[in-house]
Amino acid sequence: MTDLLAQLPPDPMLERRRLVQATAAKTQRRRATRSALFTTLLSACLAVAVVPLFLVIAALIVRGGKVLTWTFLTQAPLQPTIFDQENIGGVGNAIIGSLVVDGVAALMAVPLGIILGLYLAETETRWANGLRRVTEIMTGLPSILLGIFAFIYIVTNMHAYSGFAAAVALAMLMTPVITKAAETALRSVPRTLTEAGLALGARQSKVSLKVVLPVAAPGIITGVLLALARAIGETAPLLFVIGASIRFDWNPFHSMSALPLMTYEYASAAYDSQHTAAWGVGLILVIIVLLLNVSARLIAAFMRRERH
Amino acid sequence: MTVQSSSELIERGLARGTMPRAKSGRTYSYVLRGVALLFAAVLALFAWSVIHQSWPAWSAYGLHILTGTNWSPAEENFGGLALILATLITTGVALLFAVPVGIGTALTLNYLVPRRLAGPLTTTVELLAAVPSVVYGLWGLNVIVPWMSTTVQPWLATLTNGGWPFSGNAIGLGISTASMVLAVMVLPTIVAISRDVIATVPRDLVEGALSLGATRSQVLTRVVLPNAKIGLLGAVSLGAGRALGETIAVAMVIGSSPSMPHSLFSLGSTLASTIATQYTDAPAMHLAALGALAVILMVMTASVNAFARALVRRGTKDAV
Repeated sequence: MTDLLAQLPPDPMLERRRLVQATAAKTQRRRATRSALFTTLLSACLAVAVVPLFLVIAALIVRGGKVLTWTFLTQAPLQPTIFDQENIGGVGNAIIGSLVVDGVAALMAVPLGIILGLYLAETETRWANGLRRVTEIMTGLPSILLGIFAFIYIVTNMHAYSGFAAAVALAMLMTPVITKAAETALRSVPRTLTEAGLALGARQSKVSLKVVLPVAAPGIITGVLLALARAIGETAPLLFVIGASIRFDWNPFHSMSALPLMTYEYASAAYDSQHTAAWGVGLILVIIVLLLNVSARLIAAFMRRERH
Repeated sequence: MTVQSSSELIERGLARGTMPRAKSGRTYSYVLRGVALLFAAVLALFAWSVIHQSWPAWSAYGLHILTGTNWSPAEENFGGLALILATLITTGVALLFAVPVGIGTALTLNYLVPRRLAGPLTTTVELLAAVPSVVYGLWGLNVIVPWMSTTVQPWLATLTNGGWPFSGNAIGLGISTASMVLAVMVLPTIVAISRDVIATVPRDLVEGALSLGATRSQVLTRVVLPNAKIGLLGAVSLGAGRALGETIAVAMVIGSSPSMPHSLFSLGSTLASTIATQYTDAPAMHLAALGALAVILMVMTASVNAFARALVRRGTKDAV
């Protein structure tokens, strides 16, 4: 028996593996050095990627932190003069403007996004797939195009700049983000829940609204917060529709201002005090946006823990 | 029989049993379908309105808008080639930086960083995408522009002895600075998508290579990257789409000069930044010409995004 084994030709697979391992061992040192170099380079990439965030935030705090006073947050802007360069008032009007515009945009986009999400999650027709693709592409379109849309339909027809026109543009921006999040969240709800509901005799509408939607709610809320965070920071769609008023005004059908617009205008304004104010407004914006993002992430993480 | 069809049977059975239920089920699906149709109509209206507004410019200037080199609203001369070129150049240079760094970061996050650190680090990179573009513009204008003009641009100029592509005055504003700011802005997009794509590379391929004695760098360059190729191209294209359409940050640092770019130090103006700076209070034909730029921008970004999404979808599906 043992003689027979010795007489057999060697196993080709074993031979191959031995060859590979022998070569690997011979070149081990050279390859290890190269690998160490390469992984260092990759880690450097990560460092380079993370650094800008801290640079931006540090610059905002250093240059804009000191203007954030109660007066700055609550007063209307003033035009500084040569003789009184520091007197720039505040950005209270822009805070109200941002609240109103983003609030109205959310009122339009949230129901629309959730209903579209329900539709896309429950439908598999060719036309639904097409709508899904188009919605996806919408999230990548430059937001300034939505400003043009709002200008053509709302500003031109109402013969006035308004917060409402800005809200429509922002709603168009938010809807695809909410739709995508809602669809993903709704699809991840276990199918068995739907079936149990249907088996108990409930209608599809009741199952969707009373069973599936509540289970998917955290995911949808995450999406809404992220969409809101994106809308609050957008300047381009507001540029030619909002009117950049400096008055206090809660009426969305009047011209208004908004925080990102103030940053944009102050950044290229004449006086140093206004440049500092631009950093201050930028800091407010980043704080709001980061808070929204972090809470969205916390909700998502919480949801994941619940699931498991 | 699939799960889906069995539930449909139950549903149909319910519907057959009682009339009111069937009716209400229909109302629900009518509402869903109606809203979807409404949204589709708004999207169509959006695309049509941009095209319709630009119509006078296309009929008056035709292809001159794409090929003309002189954009001068005062003379009613609307040649957009310089703007298209500036858009493509800033995007290209931005990707030159953002692609290697972005894919390198994605590889690091997936394979090199301890799992406990990977989460927070990923969040940090993703938060870069959350910073509003006007803030990047502000930062670019006050931090990057001076840095470019005093340090980076003089150094680059010595490389080519003041020749192309680093010729001209080192004034900070311009195409090179816009590209730098864009690189930072598209980085998180590239990292996020690349990370998803790389995560779908089968674990056993990686472990097989390691067991044969391959080093980490060999595994990454010869197993992971080739397997993730298609999806990575999608990630890069999504980043490109974002760079092409970025408006405010570019408008703040590029110098807003619609002349033909002859060096990376030139001032310039992209499609989006030109619309942003000129659209307010423009007379009719100027408005139509800006509308034509918007159409070009819309076609460019929509096709790049559609292409990118298709690649990402393929790249994340194939591997699983």
